[in-house]
Amino acid sequence: MNKHISPRLNRRAFVIGTAAVGAGLAIGLDLPFGGPAVVRAADGSPEIGAWVVVRPDDTVVIRIARSEMGQGSLTGLAQLVAEELECDWTKVTTEYPTPGQSVARKRVWGDFSTGGSRGIRSSQDYVRKGGATARVMLIQAAADAWKVPASECAAANSVITHTPSGKTTTYGKVAEAAAKLSPPADVKLKDPKDWKLIGKGVKRLDTVDKTNGAMIYGADIKLPGMLNAAIKDCPVFGGKLKSFDEAKIASMKGVKKVVKVGDTAVAVVADTWWHAKTALEALPIVWDEGDNAKVSSESIAKWLAEGLNNDQPAYVGNKNGDAKAAIASAAKKVEAIYSYPYQNHATMEPMNATALYTADKCEVWCGTQNGEAAFAAVLEASGLPADKCDVHKVMLGGGFGRRGQTDYVRQAVMIAKEMPGTPVKLLWSREEDMAHGRYHPITQCKMTGAFDANNNLVALHYRLSGQSILFSLRPEALQNGMDPAAFQGVAQSGEAAFGYSVPNLLVEHAMRNPHVPPGFWRGVNVNHNAIYMECFMDELAQAAGQDPLEFRRKLMGNHPKHLAVLNAVAEKIGWTTPAPQGVYRGIAQVMGYGSYVAGAAEISVTDGSKIKVHRIVASTDPGYVVNPAQVERQIAGSFVYGLSALFYGGCTVKDGKIEQTNFDTYNSMRINEMPKVESVMVPSGGFWGGVGEPTIGVAAPAVLNAYFAATGKRIRSVPLRDQNITFA
Amino acid sequence: MANLTINGKTFTLDVEPDTPLLWAIRENAGLTGTKYGCGIAQCGACTVHIEGVATRSCGVSVSEAEGKKITTIEGLASGDTLHKVQEAWIAQDVPQCGYCQSGMIMAVAALLSEKPKPTDADIDEAITNICRCGTFQQVREAIHTIASA
Repeated sequence: MNKHISPRLNRRAFVIGTAAVGAGLAIGLDLPFGGPAVVRAADGSPEIGAWVVVRPDDTVVIRIARSEMGQGSLTGLAQLVAEELECDWTKVTTEYPTPGQSVARKRVWGDFSTGGSRGIRSSQDYVRKGGATARVMLIQAAADAWKVPASECAAANSVITHTPSGKTTTYGKVAEAAAKLSPPADVKLKDPKDWKLIGKGVKRLDTVDKTNGAMIYGADIKLPGMLNAAIKDCPVFGGKLKSFDEAKIASMKGVKKVVKVGDTAVAVVADTWWHAKTALEALPIVWDEGDNAKVSSESIAKWLAEGLNNDQPAYVGNKNGDAKAAIASAAKKVEAIYSYPYQNHATMEPMNATALYTADKCEVWCGTQNGEAAFAAVLEASGLPADKCDVHKVMLGGGFGRRGQTDYVRQAVMIAKEMPGTPVKLLWSREEDMAHGRYHPITQCKMTGAFDANNNLVALHYRLSGQSILFSLRPEALQNGMDPAAFQGVAQSGEAAFGYSVPNLLVEHAMRNPHVPPGFWRGVNVNHNAIYMECFMDELAQAAGQDPLEFRRKLMGNHPKHLAVLNAVAEKIGWTTPAPQGVYRGIAQVMGYGSYVAGAAEISVTDGSKIKVHRIVASTDPGYVVNPAQVERQIAGSFVYGLSALFYGGCTVKDGKIEQTNFDTYNSMRINEMPKVESVMVPSGGFWGGVGEPTIGVAAPAVLNAYFAATGKRIRSVPLRDQNITFA
Repeated sequence: MANLTINGKTFTLDVEPDTPLLWAIRENAGLTGTKYGCGIAQCGACTVHIEGVATRSCGVSVSEAEGKKITTIEGLASGDTLHKVQEAWIAQDVPQCGYCQSGMIMAVAALLSEKPKPTDADIDEAITNICRCGTFQQVREAIHTIASA
């Protein structure tokens, strides 16, 4: 791979360049040295529309607004632009515009938020148009120079050809002229059957620097004169900082300042982070823990269990027929209660941000899944206006939803504000990261299924009790108090729709919001809903005396896309042929993030407590596949995330605090536990689904259903660690 | 003050002897390719070679490392010639977020120098690094590709 394909280097050049011409960007697109209506990148190369810069040597720089955190969107988004641009892929590089630049240009790059598996699917339309617009302008510039109609010209691989005469030129040669043209009012996108680059598993654009130590993550930022901060926030959520005795650590090596951060936290600023952390641990701190210190996992579980009772209020998320009446008069009933715990994202790189504050400027360097939210946090914490602030995004050492929040950005600015002119890097210890997550919400679920005399499922009551993410993080998105996202995977319609038809159905949510702050944890509400529903489907099949696959199929006639991925996975794992001696199978399906997924596992169990996962098969219909190699990696990674949570995860609460402190008490799967993952891609076209998350939903139920097949025992709570079940 | 030999170069660093080697490498020597993940020798993100042995640098003090040959991810290549593990990682697009990969690559390089043709069992035993993105399948395939070259 060419060394010049490095988003890091190019982004830096762009930042410096646009800082120099920032005023020009802020007032419009005209720059004094560029002539009318030309915007230039750092090296003076012209923009052909906001998404594309073309250099004289034909290098194409593609702007990426979403964040790269390992999921591969940076490469996929570049493929989408390049497909329409008809440029030479080997000369493509990328750069991040900053949120400040985007705001100054009326959000020309759209949404920066990178979560909900939306990176590709919710920007594919306008980034492809960005590529197509640039292509039309480049062809027009060549046609103008040749004095021929643009309709007689075509572009491929960054070369423009006048078809009748055979004359050619390149993008680099006509870029200056193209940049001066008005963009076309509308452009036509290619028919998917004509795609050449979309659908190809091209190599990632960001790999080289990740193999030699050169990639810069937030924790690696170095600025001249920079100091380092370590922080401790009140370990009981909602508690406050009462006092601290900074005299005790004032003489410790490297200590520069002790800073109260808001009402709840204290930070030590020192020459090195190791000095800051060492001094922070020696700092006597008194907390005002408040009433939340009385909360425990047991008290939360008791409160949630009350919500499972039908006499408690609940929001209805999906309904047809009269489930309660049908259950009351049914020939046979099956009932089960499941639960799912808090989970920490545990990104490999703990939270961090570097801030430089002066009286008239505040800049932050950090990994963030939402550049614009980080930007808003900088504005709020600094008290400075938008044209005095900016956020410089760097590579994320994992996100998984955690870095969509901006608590660590706000803290860094508050600390830097106490030391104007000195850049300060705030890095959380792993222990702080474990104690102050934005956790996967905690829930319980009571399910009741009812059969007629012929073992047909006539009713299903799915009653959730537990935490709402939106209530805590986006209350404006609640609908008359109801959290519609709570029904991800069991919803009536939309991007996470239920895949079964049951004549009498009631899906409802009794909202219970404990004090532990919830967050969007990769897979979000699909994770527990898929475990509850798909494990219970197996229980229903057992009660009906039917094969789990056949039982599901009979309920899925009206859901052909759900059914197609289930069939694909069943075929790949060989469901209808016997498993090897001592090996047992489980199967599951769900829809999430606009994609249809199914999973099947082959496991063996020793002594009822040691699970060996031999094979995992996953099938996915995301509509269109942009980069199959990256989709496969997202699917394999989803199993690691989902099975780590199933076996080892789970955060418990004691005295109002999270008990797990590091990877010794919150373990994660290793390579020896990794099953072979076989992916079947069944893209049916016509829609755009996300792939970073949905497969997590089927990982656990596929294994749990296989565990039942092997042992005859149902497991209805997570993690397996708490039941002394582990990997073999 | 401590003298550390990192990637063939001697660094004289103003650092207390009980400082974890990880932080001396990152903050005093300025080599940030070696990552902090847990600080308790669990995750392996900070893996370096000490006298060729894969070692979690957060669990080794500067005084223990003095006088020994330390190699970090920045020193794995020989000049412009990449180490075969780096080559395989690039060829097979192993990293996702990449944060754990410095440590992963150092652990794999040490395994291969000891056992050029490791079995799956050898890999399972030697590679215990955490990767939250879940690159294990690609890691295993890349190791076997190198071994069969």
